[in-house]
Amino acid sequence: MKRFWKQGIEFEMIKIFKKYENSIYSFTAILLAFLVGSILIHLSGFSVIKAYSALFDGAFGNVFNLTQTLMNTIPLIFTGLAVAIGFKSGLFNIGGEGQMYLGAFATAIATIYLSFLPVYILIPLVLIIGGLAGSAWGFVPGYLKAKTGAHEVVTTIMMNYIGILITSYLLLKYFKEEGPIPQTALIPESARLPELVEYSRLTWAIFIAVFVIIIIDIFFKRTELGYKIQTVGENRSAAEYAGINSNKMMVLSMMISGFVAGLAGSTIVMGVLHRFITNFSPGYGFTGIAVAVLGKNKPWGVLFAAILFGALQTGGITMQLFAKIPMDLIVIIQGLVILFVAAPILIKKLLRK
Amino acid sequence: MQEILEVIFNINTFSAAIRISVPLVFAAIGGVFSERAGIINLGLEGMLLTGAFAGVLGSYLTSNPYIGILFAIMAGAFIGFIFALFTIKFEANHVVAGVGLNILMLGITTWLMQILWGSRGTSVNVTGLGEITIPILSSIPILGKLFGSHNILVYVMFIIVIFSWIILFKTPFGLRLRVVGENQEAADTLGIKLRKIQYTSLIFSGVLCGLGGAYLSLGQLNWFSMNMSAGRGYMALAANIFGGWNPLGAFGASYLFAYTDALQMRMQALNLNVPNEIIQMIPYILTILVLAGAMIRSRPPAGLGKHYKTNR
Repeated sequence: MKRFWKQGIEFEMIKIFKKYENSIYSFTAILLAFLVGSILIHLSGFSVIKAYSALFDGAFGNVFNLTQTLMNTIPLIFTGLAVAIGFKSGLFNIGGEGQMYLGAFATAIATIYLSFLPVYILIPLVLIIGGLAGSAWGFVPGYLKAKTGAHEVVTTIMMNYIGILITSYLLLKYFKEEGPIPQTALIPESARLPELVEYSRLTWAIFIAVFVIIIIDIFFKRTELGYKIQTVGENRSAAEYAGINSNKMMVLSMMISGFVAGLAGSTIVMGVLHRFITNFSPGYGFTGIAVAVLGKNKPWGVLFAAILFGALQTGGITMQLFAKIPMDLIVIIQGLVILFVAAPILIKKLLRK
Repeated sequence: MQEILEVIFNINTFSAAIRISVPLVFAAIGGVFSERAGIINLGLEGMLLTGAFAGVLGSYLTSNPYIGILFAIMAGAFIGFIFALFTIKFEANHVVAGVGLNILMLGITTWLMQILWGSRGTSVNVTGLGEITIPILSSIPILGKLFGSHNILVYVMFIIVIFSWIILFKTPFGLRLRVVGENQEAADTLGIKLRKIQYTSLIFSGVLCGLGGAYLSLGQLNWFSMNMSAGRGYMALAANIFGGWNPLGAFGASYLFAYTDALQMRMQALNLNVPNEIIQMIPYILTILVLAGAMIRSRPPAGLGKHYKTNR
């Protein structure tokens, strides 16, 4: 009995160490990305300290900036989760951008026709409609992967272009508000999510996002379906051997992934823009890739990574405005984080030195 | 209807398609070399973009577009090497590293464009590549129209298509390369210099993308603009698959994509009753259909995407 306990404790310790080890790698990867970024800033003739302090100040400097950081975090939670869900079944869904456009568009249109419903039915309903639209967009690459093996990275990228074009077409043809800007009319008051801080556009959507994190976490940890999807991602032939229909699981995971990416669009329409506008996204779908990679495809990891990239997105604007440093630095850091996190051996080598 | 048919079979559409196909062909053959060496290359997109930027930079600094091409080749080779370092030495997941590289290069090129030329949209105008007219060929009726007068990179492309097919299927190096892509362990056991071959093919892949990128910026236009590659790298990867991991096939597939793109542009000009957004979708939908169709009948190199530790 004593030996059993001892073994148990050792096992727990190794587990904790393993957990810790991963965070150390991720942290080093972020640090390294900022380091490479600072070399670039310096070589371009800017002050590194000025750049990074403007970045930090813009993201966390005061309450308003903080609310803007959280506002930018919300869509990244959804798109990051979407990429993570795809990864769980071994698929790389970079179609988050297109799925988000579909979700945003569907939600914006649905609110027009369903505005007669009471708020407590209307809001969940239009969220689900947005999710389903994203889900339909995720289904196509999932189905093609399962049926034909067509690489999902290429097909999801193509679906992004098609999604952005098709929403733009439908908007211009049927739903465009009078005026020079290609946008729908404002959605009814009842479908708008209430603000947490006045004039901040930070809304209840943050709770919806956290709620979805919890659901997805439970889904993968506690449900049979979630477990099956992960088994397919870890070892497809073993899963098949165990009697899991891997094709079905891949299609399902792409649909769930698309659903969550669709919610990114829905919450932007309901919380931030209050309408659908063409080209509204500053690339939330693509930043979601960095979020998922950094968050190690774990729902709570995604939350922290989303806050980091939400802060960068927000701080980047201040940096460009006040320190006159191009905010594309943020994109560079994103790319570097993805590369460094993807290459733990590099980090291991660096840490050993 | 007759108008559409006229556009479909118009010699100008075929000739425009050659021009549009150039960056796709270069990148697709880059994809062939890297995937034949066992490395999934989604970085083609970032490599194309880098080439486009470096080409304009070279021409901007020296006012000589041919130096621009040289810059693009060197930048492509460098990025190819970096990608090889990450995917081979650091054992990064190929797909994740490729997408990371693309995002990084999008950031870096947009950043440098603002530092150098102060604008986030487009660079300044630089000297582009001039057309070269081939004397006798250009006077032959149809062939002249198709092949008679292009800039140098178009002719380089045709040479590369044939040259790379010969390398891949008719030389000992090509044979070794294909063995590496099928089974790294077996290649290693056979005494093939595995790493050297993989690095060489990825650097070559980068060089080709550099050339394709230079064509985008110096050949088609005289400037660089943000995210100029606009998904062509991903299309090129699809063309590589549709072409059966073969340079000739990759050329055919790229030409098909380019042809639909040319058609799409000409149809927009016709003022048909079909909305432009729908017409613009055609190449993307075709890419998806072609990729799905191609995957049913062809088989990728068996060792694609795998990591292998060698003791050498």
